Amino acid sequence: MAEKVLEIKNLTKKFPDGTVALNDISVSFEKGDLIAVIGPSGAGKSTFLRSINRLQEPTFGEILIEGKDILKTKGSSLRKLRRKVGMVFQGYNLIKRSSVLQNVLHGRLGYSSSIKGSLGMFSQQERKRALEVLIRMGLEEQTLKRADECSGGQQQRVGIARAMMQDPVILLADEPIASLDPASSARVMNYIKIMSQEQGITAIVNLHQVDYAKSFATRIIGIRAGEIMYDGPPHLLSEHIIKDLYQDQYAEEARAQ
Amino acid sequence: MKKNIKVWLVAGVAFLLFILSLAQLGLSRERLSAAYDRGMVIVDSMIPPSVSNPSNVATAALESLHVAVLGTLFGVVFSLILAVFAARNLTPHFTVSVAVKSFAAFVRAVPALIWAILFIIAVGLGPTPGILALAVNSIGMLVKVYAEAIEEIDIGIVEAMKSTGASPMQLVFQGVLPTMMSALVSWSIFRFDINIRYAAILGIVGAGGIGWELVRASRMAAYSEVMGITLVIFFMILVVENVTRLLKKRLDLASMETVRS
Repeated sequence: MAEKVLEIKNLTKKFPDGTVALNDISVSFEKGDLIAVIGPSGAGKSTFLRSINRLQEPTFGEILIEGKDILKTKGSSLRKLRRKVGMVFQGYNLIKRSSVLQNVLHGRLGYSSSIKGSLGMFSQQERKRALEVLIRMGLEEQTLKRADECSGGQQQRVGIARAMMQDPVILLADEPIASLDPASSARVMNYIKIMSQEQGITAIVNLHQVDYAKSFATRIIGIRAGEIMYDGPPHLLSEHIIKDLYQDQYAEEARAQ
Repeated sequence: MKKNIKVWLVAGVAFLLFILSLAQLGLSRERLSAAYDRGMVIVDSMIPPSVSNPSNVATAALESLHVAVLGTLFGVVFSLILAVFAARNLTPHFTVSVAVKSFAAFVRAVPALIWAILFIIAVGLGPTPGILALAVNSIGMLVKVYAEAIEEIDIGIVEAMKSTGASPMQLVFQGVLPTMMSALVSWSIFRFDINIRYAAILGIVGAGGIGWELVRASRMAAYSEVMGITLVIFFMILVVENVTRLLKKRLDLASMETVRS
């Protein structure tokens, strides 16, 4: 039995307008797994992922990261827990006018003192590591370029490199390949898979492409209307279950036609 | 037809207001023509313009420039700090944002000359009250425009920095500042342009600089001197304006290059 890295209990999110985005979700994640979260848009995938590092505040529940409830922390202890959770975004969210290297070094901000980090003073060791990670990601030629001079696929790899610098135990990726072409998408997913396997990081990836989920993930979670409808290995995810999962969306598309 | 009536109504009200203002202010024809004669005498004595003590005037002009530079600098620094608290996407609580923004609006409503007079009472004559007046007056405007620039920043950038475990200060310095840099620089240059104009006239109330020389000359009825100093102010502002225009042009070119690549 592998060790539990992340345990979520009774996670519930209600928006002020009354919609329930997450309805009493309880699930746990093991070290080194690559979990794909799939489901129709508006099912609560994004809210689920963003609750884990509290970019969104859940209404109720517990989120235990290595046994510590992130919902009970604040201030510096919240920041300390956040640095254990790397995050990759659909829109990359790099500092466009800063260099690629600087962006990667931002992954160390949680570890540096407030003043040193603010002034962008990082140790020789950290710089060396950043370079190593960039080489690992095939980005050594982009090191000193401005982030917005890179292609979308390259920017997303910079995003992964930034997350890796955090020495995370969990990597969250919110639709990381939604704005990329197929070749870049496969490459980005591959890097996430390699990082998860090599460093034993638990990667949780929101995807709307079921085929990518099936070919890269070790476990798939299907969410519909704020509830988990499927939780199991990729090979057991049948066409029937997929159809069930996306039924609302199919119905809507049928109505539109 | 209806439109016509409206136009006549507006014109009528405007004419009535004009007549009313004229009568209220007692602007009579005799006084106007007398003023014309006296004005011509002054203009006559203004030509040729002269500067009797060039080194004095040069020092005063330089002092105005210093007042503008320091006033802008202090204004920029304090505005940046306040803008972080005023911007809706960074403020610790929305009431703080409202408080800071209202403070800036109040400061903005009080003219620079009034601030100068207040600071003269507080710290005495000289360039110091001038610097303080310009700094405070700059804050009124810069907090507003900086906060707006921060509010335009993609929320994703803020989230990405937060998710690394960065502290609020690190978020501002490493994430927000580089992103808003071009807006920051161009607004600050624009403010410097305004401040150099204010610095030239602040001396009129005794807050240092070339304005004081102007008042002194006019009090002694040395109108050729008044004209001379006015020309010096004119050239000073002209030079500064051209320098800042050049800076802005280079900045625009730089940001255009980013768009292209």
